[in-house]
Parts: sequence; C-alpha cells; structure tokens
Amino acid sequence: MDFDLSDEQALLKDSLERFVRNDYDFDSRRRNLASERGFSSTHWQLFGELGWTAMPFPEVDGGLDGGAIELMLIMEQFGRGLVIEPYLPTIVLAGGALRRAGSEAQKSRWLAPLVAAEQTAALAFAEPGGRFDPWHVTTRAERDGEGWRLHGEKIAVLNARDAGLVVVPARTAGATGDRDGIGLFVVTAGTKGMRVTAYPTVDGLQAADLALDGVRVDGEALLGTPDGGGSVLAEVYDEALLAVSAEAVGVMSVLLEKTIDYTRNRRQFGVPIGTFQALQHRMVEMFMCVEQSRSLLYMAAMKLAAGHDDASRALAALKYQVGTSGRLIGEEAVQLHGGMGVTDELDVAHYFKRVTTLDLLFGNADHHLTRYTG
Amino acid sequence: MDLRFSDDDRAFREEVRTFLAEKYPADIRERTQRGLRLGRDDHMRWQQTLYEQGWAAPNWPVEHGGTGWSATRRYIFDSELALANTPQIMPFGLSMVGPVIYTYGTEAQKARFLPDILASRVWWCQGYSEPGAGSDLASLKTRADRDGDEYVINGTKTWTTLGQHADWIFLLARTSQDVARKQEGISFLLADMRTPGISVRPIITVDGEHEVNEVHFENVRIPVDNLVGDEGHGWTYGKVLLQHERTGIAAVARSKYRLSRLRALAGSIPAGDGTLLDDPQFRRRLARVEIELTALEYTELRTLAAVATGGAPGPESSLLKIRGTEVQQQLDLLYVEAAGYRALPFVPGQFRDPDIADDERIGGPWAADTAPRYFNGRKVTIYGGTNEIQKNIIAKAVLGL
Ligand SMILES: Cc1cc2nc3c(=O)[nH]c(=O)nc-3n(C[C@H](O)[C@H](O)[C@H](O)COP(=O)(O)OP(=O)(O)OC[C@H]3O[C@@H](n4cnc5c(N)ncnc54)[C@H](O)[C@@H]3O)c2cc1C
Repeated sequence: MDFDLSDEQALLKDSLERFVRNDYDFDSRRRNLASERGFSSTHWQLFGELGWTAMPFPEVDGGLDGGAIELMLIMEQFGRGLVIEPYLPTIVLAGGALRRAGSEAQKSRWLAPLVAAEQTAALAFAEPGGRFDPWHVTTRAERDGEGWRLHGEKIAVLNARDAGLVVVPARTAGATGDRDGIGLFVVTAGTKGMRVTAYPTVDGLQAADLALDGVRVDGEALLGTPDGGGSVLAEVYDEALLAVSAEAVGVMSVLLEKTIDYTRNRRQFGVPIGTFQALQHRMVEMFMCVEQSRSLLYMAAMKLAAGHDDASRALAALKYQVGTSGRLIGEEAVQLHGGMGVTDELDVAHYFKRVTTLDLLFGNADHHLTRYTG
Repeated sequence: MDLRFSDDDRAFREEVRTFLAEKYPADIRERTQRGLRLGRDDHMRWQQTLYEQGWAAPNWPVEHGGTGWSATRRYIFDSELALANTPQIMPFGLSMVGPVIYTYGTEAQKARFLPDILASRVWWCQGYSEPGAGSDLASLKTRADRDGDEYVINGTKTWTTLGQHADWIFLLARTSQDVARKQEGISFLLADMRTPGISVRPIITVDGEHEVNEVHFENVRIPVDNLVGDEGHGWTYGKVLLQHERTGIAAVARSKYRLSRLRALAGSIPAGDGTLLDDPQFRRRLARVEIELTALEYTELRTLAAVATGGAPGPESSLLKIRGTEVQQQLDLLYVEAAGYRALPFVPGQFRDPDIADDERIGGPWAADTAPRYFNGRKVTIYGGTNEIQKNIIAKAVLGL
C-alpha cells in the first residue's frame, strides 16, 4: 500500500501545476473559447511537446507508457485550470479506441497524429434514446463490397467539429443494447454522407450531433473485429470515467478554495461572512465531499492501474460520489458567493457549469448508483 | 376544516377557465407553450388583459382595485393560471411598490401611481441592493440629499432585475447620515428612469442572459413629492414589501405545473427497456419533490387564509420562500437529468426565434433549455433575501432565539 507518487509522476504533476498556474488565466481561456477552433492551438502543441498527448500510449506507438495514475494526474490539473483543449475526446476516447483495437497500419495512420498533437479526434459514444448505455447502438454498418456503409444518428459527440476523425460504433449484428455485434469504424472529417451539426455546449466547449446517411468507408476503417467493439468500448469507458472523475475532483477543489477565499474577504454586517457558523459548516461539508471524492479517485485509479477485477465497480462508486459531491459543491459555491455567483463574469459559475457537465458524461450519479447496486 | 370547494368556488373556477380560453392572447399562449422567451411587451399585454378583466391585483384591497377574493379563490386563480402556463406576473409594480404606495403613500401619490401600476402601463424596477449592501441591506450607501424641493441622489444600485425595461425605479436611499442605528435615516423614494444622471449597465448572468443591471445615480434630482411615507422611515416600508415579495417567490402552482409536465416528459423518454418514468431512482426523486410540494401547497393555503383575515404576511412567509425555492431548484435539476445528453447543447437563440420549428431545435423541443434554466435558477435562493437570511429571520422572529 503506497499513496506516494514516483519521481516521474511527481515531475509530471509539477509541470501540469505550473502550466495551469502560469499559462492558463481565465481571460485568455475566454478568448480561446471564442476563437475559431474553440481552444488554443498553441496549448495543444505544447501538450504534445510536454508529452501529455503521448502519455497513455505504449512506447511502440510513440507513447510514454503512462497508465491510470498519470491520466488521473493530468485530468485533475485540467479540472483545476478548467482546461478546454480536447484531451478527453482525442486522447482518452478516440485514442483509447485506436490504441486498443487498431492494427499497426491503422495506428500509424490515425493514432500517430494524435500522439504528436497534430490533430484532434472524437468518439461517437451516444445515440438518441440511449441514455447513458454505451452499448445502445442502433447505427447500422452494412457490408458494401470490401468496405462498409454506415446509417444512423449520434449525439453529443465531443469535439466533433475540430476532429480530424471520428470513431463511430455501429452495429454489425445483434440487437440494440447487446455488447456483442458492435464494430468501431474510423470516419475521417468531411466524408460524404456524414452531416455534422456542431454546437457549443453549456460549459462553453464544443460538441456535435452526427447524421450518418449511408456513409461509405473502406475495409481499413474497421478497428479490430466487426463484432468485438463493445468490449473495447467498455475499457475505454472505464478510463473515461476515471478521467472525468479526476477532472471533477480538480474542479471541486478549486470551487472550495475560491469559496473559502471569497467568504474571508466579503464583508456584511461589519464582519467577513466566513465568520458565520452557518456558512462555516456548509464549507466544512464541501471540504468533506472533496476529500471523500479524492479517496475514491485514488482507490479507483489504483485498481484500474493494477487491472483489478472489480475496477469497474470501483469506478461506478467513484462516478456516483463525484456526481453527487460535485453538484453539492457547485451549488453551494454559487450560493455562498451570493449574486456574484450567478454572473458570467466570475469564474465560479464556469466551474459550476463544467462540474454539471462532468456529472452527465458517461452516466450521471443515478446511473452509476444503479450500476453499483447491480 | 374542509377540503372541498363550495359550489360558488367551482363556479368561479369555471369563470377563470372561460376567461383563459377566451382572453389569453393566442400569440403569447403559443410562445409559452413552445418554450419561447417572452419580451417586455408580452408581459405587459398579458397583465393588461388581466386588468381589463378586473383581475390584475388579487393581493390588493378592493378600494384600490383589488379583487376581494377569499383565500380559496386566490388559490384557484393561481392554479388555473399556472395550468394554462401563462406568463409570470412581474412583481415590481403589482406586488412590491403598489402595496407600499397604497399603505404609506399620500392621496396624491395613490392617484398618480396606482392606476398605472394596476393597468400595467408602467414598468417598475427595484433598487435595493448595492455592491456593498446585499444581505446587510441596511448598510446601503446611496444618498439622497435634500436641496430645496428636491432630493439629489448619488450612488450605485445593483442586481436590478430587468432595469433595462423599466420606466420607474423605487429605491432605498440614505437621507440622513448621522444616525444611531444604520436602519434609521433610510427613505423610500420613487424615480423616473429618464431623469438625467441615471445610467444602466448590463450584468450578464451564468446562462448568458441580460436580466440584471447595475444602475448608477449621479446627481439625480427628483422632487421631494417622490418620497413615500415619512423621511427616514423607509426601512420599515421596505421590509413590508419584502414580505409581500417572499410569498410570491414560492410559486407553488407553477411548480405543480412543472412537475406534472416533467412526469409526462419522463414517460416519453426511452430508458432501458421502458421509459425514464419506469426507472425506480427517477420515480423516487419525482415522488420526493411531489411530497414536499404538496406540503408546501398546504402551508401556503394556511398562510393565505391567515392573510385574508388580516394584514400583510408575517415572518412565516420566509418558510414559503425557502421551501418554495428549494423545490423550484430540485425541479430545475430533474429536468436536466431527464434531458440527459440532450441537455448539453447551448443554443439560446433557438428559444427566441419562433421560425425555428420546435422539432428542429438542436437537442429536440425542450431539452437544450434545461441546463441554462438550472444554472439561472440558482438565483432564487439568493434574491429576495437569501435563504440563509430567511433562516435567520425564522430563528429570531418565529423561534424567538
Ligand atoms: C438574479 C438576481 C436578481 C436580483 N434582483 C434584484 C432586484 O431587482 N433588486 C434588488 O434590489 N436586488 C436584487 N437582487 C439582489 C439580491 O437581493 C442579493 O443578491 C441578495 O440580497 C444577497 O446579497 P449579495 O448578493 O450581496 O450576497 P451576500 O450578502 O454577500 O451573501 C453571500 C452569502 O453569504 C450569506 N450570508 C450573508 N449574511 C449572512 C448571515 N448573517 N448569516 C448567514 N449567511 C449569511 C448569504 O446567504 C450568501 O450565501 C437580485 C439578485 C439576483 C442574483
């Protein structure tokens, strides 16, 4: 049992902290959100130079062989900085599918540009009517000579507008909801028949709905076997749950710190409002929620890193915990800031919006409580 | 004690329903049914429709144009309006400044202001809070210095809801500086928003909307005739107004309507093998809100009955404010959860533009509006006196602590 970071991990954490502290002020973030790509290309390149985009990939794929702990460290700091660059969709989701299911040829063609931070990518993990079920796949893949044709609809595809490629789960066999019978297909941006309806999301980031109207891809586009994609998705999901939970813990810590800071400085009735016990107890509650979330985060990360059998169950517990804690902390942070808490001007509201989105992603607290209950 | 409506009350309900069927303007009805945002004109026109029916101010005494309804009738009226999803009544004139003027104003002020408030010909806004005076309202700094027949106002008001639409503002300002207690020396004043020296700066809220403002007063001269009641006694009047405001904020009938609509929506959202309404977790959460809301409904009825037999609502109105706003926020959240991933798109323009068909909206007819409403809805436990301040009031005034 050991909660200490290795030297390399400590260095990674250090460089992440420095980046968020020195290069990630709220005003430039706001400008970058409003820019053409919706994030900073310079930052994305920097992520490449610092090895962050290469982190979770094996050395043979040009990666740094990082695992769950490294991913957790990265995402927590991204949460603290409210980082908008598409690490989750590109590296964890699309990269996660390519790394697990891609052939050497597919990886050098599609994964390498992601590892090198030359491109971003997306994974179409949700469909209308599917709620949070990763295997609710009604999009069909039909054989078409050597290749395939895809028909269906995807929603909430994070980063689809900027993505050079989208990994699209599509059904080759079985019924909606079956884990088997799903293939993962790479569809590159601009492919005929794929209509992308892009929109900003409530947290200021970007997503899109996709309409696939007989999109033709060649045989090379299929990652792995035609019906084994469901298991790959399950593994990608586990990693994604860890990633968004770590990000949420980062967001929550900042919300707590900012609230403590604000209540120390804001004076009403001749005293700092932080001297009111009614408010102190509320912040203590927030504090306990952060700590409990962090404990489950470490537990789940270590289980995932060690390949434990019950890692998935641990992740369900974690996602439930960060979902409920994140909501409490977000709502309380706003409340304790009074009117300032609901303004667009203050960053607190933006952290609140992000933590709300993170609860939704890959299943909200209710969904994972049900999973945990079994 | 008896739960049943009398024959008269049932007849009254029919009357309200007929009115709604015949007089509720079709274009406004369409906008609210489609979830489209309303503008100043929509609100004014709807309130004018109520005025023409003689129903603009159920909370006012009959002599000033009130309806003279029993508690039961007010309940019926509110419920029917909520069921028809009519626009919210803007509180600033009818629920806030109106009662202060008819209670403490001069005959001349009553004659001058009440008819326009009753007929919704004038849009009012509320100038209480300041950057340094929120919960501690009595520490306000805006000053009104007497100069002959005028007051000269200097200072900054903030969080002024829909001040950009307002014709008039009622405000609390300090008319004397050397006082023993900070609650003294505050006066209740009325100012025409076109008076030179008043400027309005927007504050954008978390959902990207322009709903609140900062209002600056720089050497703004208003006639002393615009003082309501006695100089230096504004704090007392202002507090009475807040109690009127708090009861309204509970919005029980609206929440009932939103709950039933949510239930219907959940029944149409596929989840697992059935719908979201079959999901035991979601059902339980709906049930919990429903039970809280039912209790609140009866608490409100009890308060209404007490008010009908005498005067303004007392400190119990704080209970309605706290629980009423909590329920609203729980509903906001349940809508987001019902929407699932469909809550993610942020495309506010599509809830403004009637030419975009509901089904063509990104995220479908309603889902993309749930998260902005949830974020914006955090305000209800903050404005009208925060819920923490309401608890302080109950502790002191009700529990005697
Ligand atoms: C959307 C919106 C619309 C509004 N519209 C209007 C309007 O039209 N006109 C107007 O005049 N005002 C308006 N307000 C202002 C509103 O009344 C104030 O925001 C409110 O009174 C709180 O003041 P504050 O924002 O300065 O918060 P603060 O008073 O600074 O409070 C910050 C936190 O400290 C807590 N706190 C403060 N004192 C205590 C205490 N003694 N014990 C325990 N907790 C305490 C509060 O509850 C809150 O959680 C509006 C506000 C909002 C958000």
